[in-house]
Amino acid sequence: MEGQNVEELLAKAERDEAEKLQRITVHKELELEFDLGNLLASDRNPPTELRRAGPSPEAELQALARDNTQLLINQLWQLPTERVEEALVARLPEPTTRLPREKPVPRPRPLTRWQQFARLKGIRPKKKTNLVWDEVSGQWRRRWGYQRARDDTKEWLIEVPGGADPLEDQFAKRIQAKKERVAKNELNRLRNLARAHKMQLPSTAGMHPTGHQSKEELGRAMQVAKVSTASVGRFQERLPKEKAPRGSGKKRKFQPLFGDFAAEKKSQLELLRVMNSKKPQLDVTRATNKQMREEDQEEAAKRRKMSQKGKRKGGRQGAGGQRKGGPPSQGGKRKGGLGGKVNSGPPRLGGKRKGGQHQRGKRRK
Amino acid sequence: MRPLTEEETRVMFEKIAKYIGENLQLLVDRPDGTYCFRLHNDRVYYVSEKILKLAANISGDKLVSLGTCFGKFTKTHKFRLHITALDYLAPYAKYKVWIKPGAEQSFLYGNHVLKSGLGRITENTCQYQGVVVYSMADVPLARTLV
Repeated sequence: MEGQNVEELLAKAERDEAEKLQRITVHKELELEFDLGNLLASDRNPPTELRRAGPSPEAELQALARDNTQLLINQLWQLPTERVEEALVARLPEPTTRLPREKPVPRPRPLTRWQQFARLKGIRPKKKTNLVWDEVSGQWRRRWGYQRARDDTKEWLIEVPGGADPLEDQFAKRIQAKKERVAKNELNRLRNLARAHKMQLPSTAGMHPTGHQSKEELGRAMQVAKVSTASVGRFQERLPKEKAPRGSGKKRKFQPLFGDFAAEKKSQLELLRVMNSKKPQLDVTRATNKQMREEDQEEAAKRRKMSQKGKRKGGRQGAGGQRKGGPPSQGGKRKGGLGGKVNSGPPRLGGKRKGGQHQRGKRRK
Repeated sequence: MRPLTEEETRVMFEKIAKYIGENLQLLVDRPDGTYCFRLHNDRVYYVSEKILKLAANISGDKLVSLGTCFGKFTKTHKFRLHITALDYLAPYAKYKVWIKPGAEQSFLYGNHVLKSGLGRITENTCQYQGVVVYSMADVPLARTLV
């Protein structure tokens, strides 16, 4: 009995082994090609099973995937291993498949100002040594950079030059000059970059430190300066022959290309319904403008009457008082009327307002 | 490429409605797919959603045309309906005019149609009504004003 048990156990163990081996060994007609650097396994066997499977080859696909992954893992287990922070890792070889470029080829950058000049003049870069003999410290020092050979800001004794102010600080002067050179270099570098990327520099209100600017740049700077007031340029006067700036309106915003199609359809159908209803729709803008125009005319008529009365009675104050009381209330009314206004049309308000304030006694159309 | 604004849609619909009237809502709201109007380089294109999604992959300066061109907006924002819209106007036309075979060639080369050349006309057509002109074989030729 025991013998039988032992035999049974052994047989079972053998069967288990065989099964395990079967699971990890996969038989393929053509060997797979492995690129372990990219963890890639290419299977060139013809997919006869898949073709035989029919419309939904889920089970066959899964079996295929399992087999190929098993083969890949088998290969990975054969790699040399090492220990990294208590984990056993396999050292992957170099990838053999060459992947295509991720991003497009960079386009050639425009030449910097120096490069253009050098090309024009035919100046080639001269090969220079990295180290220069420095007499002062008696050692070889860098040509430029940290602890360079001839650093004039680091001198301990500077003779005051003949024509200079004796109270001037020559050391500070040298440090200041260096700072200016550094700033100029940085500015030029940023400008070269901006030219390369066709971007604009965040400018000092459009003004150039040395004053050499083109007409367009000056014009732009002037426009920016005009708009940089508390009322955003509304009350800035123009020179007698200066023309209004073009294209300084608000940029239009359009609906996105793939907006909500259903909403678009609905709004179009609504528009059609309104068009077909054959009833004149109330145009709120025109109604409010008409109302305001009528009120203005009433006010004007009243004021004319008051001023005539004032002239006759000899009291200009009445007219003046009335005048002062007029515009603020007008402003209030106009602002109230704007509530119902719909988008279209340029604002009539500004023009009307200015006209009202300037021509107080004259007839208004 | 962008959708039309309210103003532009209104102008365009008013023009098209001269020929097909309230059947225009059949163009806007179709049972067999979502079609929409898109503006590209001042021209209005009537295009299905599927084609629009494909056309969005082409850069604007390289895209020539998509779907069917219905017409264009002129520099002063008036809408001019093109002949390419005829395929969509003809089935929904409210007032139709058929011309005789003899007058057909003359009409196609740009001459007026005389009363003798007129074959059939839908009844109750008023003067200056927008109509679609057909040949006697029911082939739409053009759209005009009577």
